[in-house]
Amino acid sequence: MKITSNPIYRKASGRFFTLLTSAFLMLFSANLFASGGEEGGKFNAGEMIVHHISDAHSIHFFGHATLPLPCIVKTDKGIDVFMSSVFMDEHHEFSKSYTSTSTGNTYVLHHEKIYVVDGAHGTNMSHDAHIDPATPPVQPEHADSTIMEVGGELNAAAPVAEHKEEEFHGTPVLDFSITKSVLGMLMMLTLVVVLFVRMAKAYEKRKGQAPKGMQNLLEPLVLFIKDEVAIPALGKKRAQKFLPFLLTSFFFIWACNILGLLPFAGGFNITGTLSITLVLAGLVFIITSINGNAHYWGHIVWPPGVPMAIKFILVPIEILSVFIKPAVLMIRLTANINAGHIIILAFTSLIFIFGEKSTGAGFGVGVFSTAFMIFMYFIELLVAFLQAYVFTLLAALYFGDATQEHHHEEAHH
Amino acid sequence: MELLTVLLEAAAAAGYAGIGAGLAAIGAGIGVGLIGSHALDAMARQPESAGDLRANMIVAAALVEGVALFAVIVCLLVVFG
Repeated sequence: MKITSNPIYRKASGRFFTLLTSAFLMLFSANLFASGGEEGGKFNAGEMIVHHISDAHSIHFFGHATLPLPCIVKTDKGIDVFMSSVFMDEHHEFSKSYTSTSTGNTYVLHHEKIYVVDGAHGTNMSHDAHIDPATPPVQPEHADSTIMEVGGELNAAAPVAEHKEEEFHGTPVLDFSITKSVLGMLMMLTLVVVLFVRMAKAYEKRKGQAPKGMQNLLEPLVLFIKDEVAIPALGKKRAQKFLPFLLTSFFFIWACNILGLLPFAGGFNITGTLSITLVLAGLVFIITSINGNAHYWGHIVWPPGVPMAIKFILVPIEILSVFIKPAVLMIRLTANINAGHIIILAFTSLIFIFGEKSTGAGFGVGVFSTAFMIFMYFIELLVAFLQAYVFTLLAALYFGDATQEHHHEEAHH
Repeated sequence: MELLTVLLEAAAAAGYAGIGAGLAAIGAGIGVGLIGSHALDAMARQPESAGDLRANMIVAAALVEGVALFAVIVCLLVVFG
């Protein structure tokens, strides 16, 4: 039997994509180890959830398998580039501090953000320490040491209790690091660009022929956006101008949402970070404002067909809505994706919370929790597509509003 | 009455964020429920338009859920901010 009779093995591109997919799956398939949230004591569900939906300077796959990411920080003294593994100590906690040789700054990682601390009065970052606020800061003789370990002398005076939030004195820095979300975003952008450029080339090469391979998957989606979203909102003539942005935003948001749902894949939460949705919504705002014609702005400050008295209320609302509508786009996407992740994480934490009381309860809740979590996963898959679709649809509607011509006024009232 | 006092005290510890999130859930439930019910009524009246109605229903539901999620975000900010 000829294995190579399958056409996917004959062409180089088919082999390339097979290899890519297998590498992707192998990279992300792993055993499940309980991780995160443990502090050597009680399981803190809130902290575990917040830790999992926040951005991070490293990708934590499972157990101790962590992929450190480059950190790029800028302070007054200059730019420092280093891998976040400099913060890792032997327990794989990110509690060390790092002194840069080029700028002389000492950096620490506090709640996944990089701060500059004064080398002489460094703070103890380890969660195992109990810091009594009355205890004086680290003595100057430790200043030259760049490793802030759990000091035995710091614990001597105070009884060991649960983790207390110590006074943290660190100046924030301008952080341009490649964090987990940035890396995920770049990965998805590359995927989307590569996929669609190949598809466009395939269409050129096979003019007039039936679609083949990946074209079959992507063509209905692209036509869906073109025919159901862009043309109804913008009309055939204007749709082409905005179609590139609409298609890019739709596929990028969908891909990022799906990446955030892949289990064991490092826990990406790209569209759940406000920064990224802020940029997406900001782009919608910029495109709307630039393409807004005189009628658009005219209707905002002088809505037609409205009694004078109501104009006083309506005009400020209209002016505010120019800013509020993109802001709502941003929050809708972030909140939906974050809510989905939080629900799934909360069901997982339920298992651990009950497991601490008794192993039997943990198992029982585990069965129920896992089943519900799988159900929520299906809903999240729907939400991933839906939020991308709603974002694109609303963006198209805003563009359509902004470029409306005069003749629509007869349709009013 | 005492139970209510005890519950409200517990809620006050978290800045009433739990109550806010609960109210948001009620709002979302009522809103999406209304959308679904009217859509189903219309689909029952005219089964051939079920596809159009379904698409519009989902879009409207997403918009209404967005508003409810504002409230959830605010409550999260109260707890963690």
